[in-house]
Amino acid sequence: MMSDPLILLAALAVAAAVTYVWRGLGVLLGGRIDPAGPLFEWVGCVAYALLAGLVARMILLPIGPLAAASLEARALAAAVGLGVFLLARRSLLLGLAAGLATLLLMTLR
Amino acid sequence: MGRDGVPVARGAVIRAALREAFGIPGLVLAASYLGFGSLVRETGFPLWFGLASTATGWALPGQVALVELAALGSSLLVIGMAVGLTNARLMPMTVTLLPSLRRPGVGSWRYYAIAHLIAVTSWANGMRETPRLAQEHRFAWFATFAVSLWTITLVSTAAGFFLAGLVPKPVTLALVFLNPLYFLLLFLLDLRPRSKVLALAFGTVLGPVFHWLGGEWGLLATGLVGGTAAFLVNRALPKERPAPPAPVGEAPDDV
Repeated sequence: MMSDPLILLAALAVAAAVTYVWRGLGVLLGGRIDPAGPLFEWVGCVAYALLAGLVARMILLPIGPLAAASLEARALAAAVGLGVFLLARRSLLLGLAAGLATLLLMTLR
Repeated sequence: MGRDGVPVARGAVIRAALREAFGIPGLVLAASYLGFGSLVRETGFPLWFGLASTATGWALPGQVALVELAALGSSLLVIGMAVGLTNARLMPMTVTLLPSLRRPGVGSWRYYAIAHLIAVTSWANGMRETPRLAQEHRFAWFATFAVSLWTITLVSTAAGFFLAGLVPKPVTLALVFLNPLYFLLLFLLDLRPRSKVLALAFGTVLGPVFHWLGGEWGLLATGLVGGTAAFLVNRALPKERPAPPAPVGEAPDDV
């Protein structure tokens, strides 16, 4: 856990730089690169695997505040949110609301 | 309004962009950044950290990865690599959207500035809406739309942070839970191409395992190993049936 404001600032600066560099490169290189080529296919795969890993960890093995909710609560809330999302023609808003309500009900007891 | 409800006057273009931003796209982003603000507070970070992250990062996946990794006390190297890999998708997004916004005689600094506001929601809507507009109005439409979304996310980050301190604990937990749930649902909005589905599956399995094995390096290893495996498996499998021809910038209705 970081708490020194200087370290937090450094982490923010690093994150901002490695984020903007892709946007800036996109402007700079423009038509000279093929966004549908194998390099970007690989990059997309890495990003999706990393994010899916993050999501799975946040739901199954949370390190932060979500550890205060039980595994059953987290799993059920994810399942209900997912189910409503699919039934409601993939509405993000309804899926989010249903998952949020389920976690709330499960942790209120 | 011109043919097919396409606005022709500059004022009408800007109003149309505002209406779009403060509709469903803004609501969904507001909900997810409310969750981000709560996550920042509940993880023990100050408000300025959350606001600065939203202002300078403005791509939620990288922001959540930053908070989670900083909470683990990860090194700047690990944070830089993981956030950088998460956000590398912004480059092909910028490459595909910019041609629609470009017009002769406009200074290139404007494109470098507007590129900061290219993220999943603004990109998907920009790819769908700007080709319908006259060339001279596209930049104004996108700038208005994206700056509005950016403002909404800053306000929501602060609102989520304060809300987490006011409401009972279970409500705070539910707000924090919006973070993983938002991504989970976002993944399932569009299950194409096949390499994406493989990457999501490998990442889901490897994420918890590598976290258990590797601590701060777990997330990075999940991305590199799971993503590379998905890429290779996809190449080894028989060629995917080409997707039905989609209009450029086709996006699910509510992102």
